[in-house]
Amino acid sequence: MTRQLMTRRATRPPSPTVPLQHGLLLAAVAITLLPYAWMISSSFKASGDIVSDAIELIPRHPVLDNYLAALAGTPVGTAILNSLIMAGGETILVVATSVLTAYPFARLNFRGRDTVFLLVLGSMMIPSQVTMIPTFILMKWLGWIDTYQGLIVPRAVTPFGIFLMRQFLLTLPRDLEEAAVIDGCGRLRILLQILLPQLGPAMAALAIFTFTTSWNEFFWPLIVVQSEGMQTVQTLIAALKQAEAPDWGVIMAVITLSVFPTVLIYIMMQRYFVQSVAMSGIKG
Amino acid sequence: MRAAEARFAWLSLAPALFFFAVFVGFPVAYSFFLSFEDWNLTAPVSHWVGLANYEALLGDETFLRSLLQTTVFTFAITAVVVVFSLAMALLINLKLRFIKAYRTVLYLPAVTSLVAIGIVWVWLFDPQYGLINQILRGIGLDGPLWLADPDVALLALVITAAWRNVGYFATIFLAGLQGIDVQYYEAARIDGAGPWACFRGITLPLLRPTVLFVVVMSVILSFQVFALVYVMTAGGPAGSTSVIVFYLYQQAFTYFRMGYASAVGYVLFVIIFVLTLLQFKFFGRKVEA
Repeated sequence: MTRQLMTRRATRPPSPTVPLQHGLLLAAVAITLLPYAWMISSSFKASGDIVSDAIELIPRHPVLDNYLAALAGTPVGTAILNSLIMAGGETILVVATSVLTAYPFARLNFRGRDTVFLLVLGSMMIPSQVTMIPTFILMKWLGWIDTYQGLIVPRAVTPFGIFLMRQFLLTLPRDLEEAAVIDGCGRLRILLQILLPQLGPAMAALAIFTFTTSWNEFFWPLIVVQSEGMQTVQTLIAALKQAEAPDWGVIMAVITLSVFPTVLIYIMMQRYFVQSVAMSGIKG
Repeated sequence: MRAAEARFAWLSLAPALFFFAVFVGFPVAYSFFLSFEDWNLTAPVSHWVGLANYEALLGDETFLRSLLQTTVFTFAITAVVVVFSLAMALLINLKLRFIKAYRTVLYLPAVTSLVAIGIVWVWLFDPQYGLINQILRGIGLDGPLWLADPDVALLALVITAAWRNVGYFATIFLAGLQGIDVQYYEAARIDGAGPWACFRGITLPLLRPTVLFVVVMSVILSFQVFALVYVMTAGGPAGSTSVIVFYLYQQAFTYFRMGYASAVGYVLFVIIFVLTLLQFKFFGRKVEA
């Protein structure tokens, strides 16, 4: 259907609206990129230049001072490591539990299946702020405050992940599995040996989505983390800004470092992002 | 055979069901119970106060103000997002050169953390050294104090949230647009319909489910706005940007009033639930018609 449109367009004379369309898109691109440019630019400015009345998008005297000060004076290294552990752990658990949970919903027949699935979906409606306080109290009982398990475990299963996997499983043909059942193959082997290899794209999409969401998460770490050594990148940035006399150059350097991984993953894995957004959009 | 299948199903569901029982079921029930308790986390005992927390909320001016400001924020951002995201989606749906690159760049804010975005925008909104007022000064205008002005601060938050969300929702609209069969447009063009008539007559009606989804998502997300407020204004100046989740956070984790904060959480829950149902009722009927 896209090809039809393209060939038709190509045979027509170029529309006079094309420059206007590019102009609008370029304006949107400029508005999108300007904050990033300003952030990066500020991170390379010396403390004297950063507070200046003149607009200086490309620093006249770029310096690394802010990055060096960030590495020496703030726990940014530890914070990045903590964020990696939290996001990595959460991603592994979410992908594993989503596959395991989606399989019976998509493929097996048992009493109560649809009711349980609706309950799982319905739990997406509950705002996390409602469950936040009891979960925090639970963490206190378990002694999990200020620990990695406290950061990771309460977010180890997501209804969205289960939903995404189930939708993907429903699009796969059943022939191979049916043949395997006739051959007397067990359900676990079917899941691991026949379905898992086909689930690659969906697992990649879910993994990338979960990792970036977790990397960017703020509310839960803000509550669970109490010591400086357990801080994630996001809580560290917020703490730096809350300081008595915030050093904008250093803050911009830490933010630039924190934004870099998600932007890189996004640009490298773009098609998976679009897949998960499109799936949540159309089917939701 | 059947029994074995069911046994395997429940076995593989077990970890997730256990998880939901502990981290969703228990918290939902426990915070409902807590909302009838007077309990300060620093005190060893709590006691039952019945509806007192809810009654207190009705007379709590800061709470009511936060609720009102959250509502204003939600309506403003949702209106802005629907209009601009749809416009952006129409643009990135065109068959233009570099369209993939445009799409890539415009989605970038959606993968950037709210904390990072919020703080960069604080810097952009700086009345003296911020880029925005510098540009305004360049064209001879005196910019407002933005986050320092109680009359403008909420608007500054709406601008920031719009910058973050428009690209994300445009991608969802794009998926909706690409689901519309080209044949409708071809038939309309043969009948002599112009671009505007096509948009009104084909695109908008067929996009209704996507519009509904975007509105519902935007309302739910915006009603829970927290990170932006926390890092940009902390509810100030003069309480002008206090929103309901920020108020809940303060009650629970600054003053440790767990019972009262749970009541705030339940009010939020009910509001979001009702708003979602209303939207499905309102738009849902038109979707079918």
